[in-house]
Amino acid sequence: MSETNGKILSVKDLKTYFQTEDGVVKAVDGITFELEKGETLGIVGESGSGKSVTNLSVMRLIPEPPGKIVSGDIVFNGIDVRKLSINEVRGIRGKRMAMIFQDPMTSLNPFLKISTQLMEVTRLHLGHSKKEAYDHAIKMLKTVGIPDAESRVDSYPHEFSGGMRQRVMIAMALSCDPELLIADEPTTALDVTIQAQILELIKDLRTRMGTSVILITHDLGVVAGMTDKIIVMYAGKVFEQAPTAELFATPANPYTKGLLKSVPDPAHEEGTELYQIPGLPPDVAHLPPGCPFAERCYRAEDICRRDFPPFVQINANHHSLCHFAQEVYAESVAESENGKTANIQMKINE
Amino acid sequence: MNENGNDLISIQDLRVHFKIGGGLFKETKYVKAVDGVSLDIKKGETLGLVGESGCGKSTLGKAILRLTEPTGGQVFYNGKDLAHLGAREMREQRKNLQMIFQDPYASLNPRMTVGQIIGEPIRTFGLKNGKSIEERVQDLMETVGMSRRFVKRYPHEFSGGQRQRIGIARALAVDPEFIVADEPISALDVSIQAQIMNLMERLQAEKNLTYLFISHDLRAVRHLSDRVAVMYLGKIVELAGGKEVYREPLMPYTIALISAVPVPDPEIEAKRERIILKGDVPSPINPPSGCPFHTRCPYAIEDCKRIVPKLVEIKPKHYAACIRINPEKPHIEENSKEGLGAIGAGV
Repeated sequence: MSETNGKILSVKDLKTYFQTEDGVVKAVDGITFELEKGETLGIVGESGSGKSVTNLSVMRLIPEPPGKIVSGDIVFNGIDVRKLSINEVRGIRGKRMAMIFQDPMTSLNPFLKISTQLMEVTRLHLGHSKKEAYDHAIKMLKTVGIPDAESRVDSYPHEFSGGMRQRVMIAMALSCDPELLIADEPTTALDVTIQAQILELIKDLRTRMGTSVILITHDLGVVAGMTDKIIVMYAGKVFEQAPTAELFATPANPYTKGLLKSVPDPAHEEGTELYQIPGLPPDVAHLPPGCPFAERCYRAEDICRRDFPPFVQINANHHSLCHFAQEVYAESVAESENGKTANIQMKINE
Repeated sequence: MNENGNDLISIQDLRVHFKIGGGLFKETKYVKAVDGVSLDIKKGETLGLVGESGCGKSTLGKAILRLTEPTGGQVFYNGKDLAHLGAREMREQRKNLQMIFQDPYASLNPRMTVGQIIGEPIRTFGLKNGKSIEERVQDLMETVGMSRRFVKRYPHEFSGGQRQRIGIARALAVDPEFIVADEPISALDVSIQAQIMNLMERLQAEKNLTYLFISHDLRAVRHLSDRVAVMYLGKIVELAGGKEVYREPLMPYTIALISAVPVPDPEIEAKRERIILKGDVPSPINPPSGCPFHTRCPYAIEDCKRIVPKLVEIKPKHYAACIRINPEKPHIEENSKEGLGAIGAGV
């Protein structure tokens, strides 16, 4: 377990279930992934797909009951996270792995000054004195680009705008120079110009500090520019897993394909109608026996409704959960080649 | 801008100023949420209205329908000035003017069944009675892609996308001509967003509807809109054809806004140069003097602090409010390289 091979995090067959009145909800049902040092992983999925629960599990933040990590391994830098006591987890959380959340207003304490909240982290984890912690707080606010940090450090959260609060959250998360930063929809509540600022900040900090990042989002545009590899989740399962460029160019799963086609892409001239995935995401408490996406899938056959699909390996780093993964991949490759020829054709014609 | 006769709605110098503070010894201040907006909306088109939060786009949408009282200006619809109609006359007009709201959870009464919700406007306006209301409700449900069987269910039994369909059916119940859709897809999942956008497009084609589509999602606006208006601190700063705005934005704010939109294509993302605006949108209580954008504008010069730019036709049917561009020199990057000062049609 201590052999890490440059891997900062490895999650193997993780299952996190919630006991509800409606039965057992398998929010995360057998997720496996690895993150190398300095790498950025994107987790994409719609609401209820289990992307947040995956990361709450890694941080051991699942409320128990009703939730429970039923099985699987979570190894962070050689440490088996599941075996740690609550006190030991606290020693890692916030220090070696940190998280930023979607809504910076609800994740900051409205009654405490920004300085107090930032100082708390370093006093606890780094044993800073009051003075050291205060100076460090100012330094961190400067790092995340808050102007006039010396005077703003004693403000209250409500005195900051949404973008500034998200910067404070990032400052807090990075206070102890963590090895892993988990960003759960960090820009969803923000305007596009502020989103661009925050994403640029995360990129910049990643290169400067060498932090590994897990970026959870529903926005394919955000992951396209930010990540090295991507996991697509649906109904608690990994549906596809591939390096970013490959996932966008040649997806091997009908859900990923649908998702990619249903986003209006301002860089390309679009046709008349947007592709739509029919139906609704499934109720995770009552999943059908076969593939959970079969009901909405354009190429589902009888086998899809009957048997759970296999996790097919396309190549070393590319996997897809589908009975027809190879066929879908072949289609994508053909389409992408046609697209390239079409592009060249266009350039010749110009 | 009133150039042709097929305008359905013509907005002139519309203002919504909210009073805040005030009292015996306190100074009265105003939030100028909408500050002198003039726009024409053509029959059958979708006009996209984009801007960041707090720019006044929702207030503008509501002011057109008098859901927020305008404090100045006019809104002409069928030759009548909606902004100055009496309560009874306005009520009569509401049959033709409807709204779809952002939050499908908050905009439906949880104690009413779907049938009651969609049937309510039909009953209120006395358009139908008895059995024929039920038929109409069920037809509407089918129009928006819901099963008739759900007529007795309550809103909480539906997902966000389904609720948004209910909201659309309710808006359609009175056969309106004009619909203000205020962030109708923002609260929905990606795969559901596409469904609702396609539904809105289909309904527009079938019923010759006119939309004001308000959104901060520039990708969705581009997809749906014939023309796009960009709003910043209560003012329209650019107005052009939907594709044109994206291909060739002229006003510096629009240029930055469009460059900030992430593109779902890693190859393009890797090559793109992004303009990162500094700071946040200034407070509308104390908007900057001159051009409201000058505090964040990379091209701002001294004159920008003084001169309030007017919306000028820079290219055919492409309007922008910036003193540093004009029809002869429409591109700000080139103008700033040449070191030109204020050259536009400022005051």
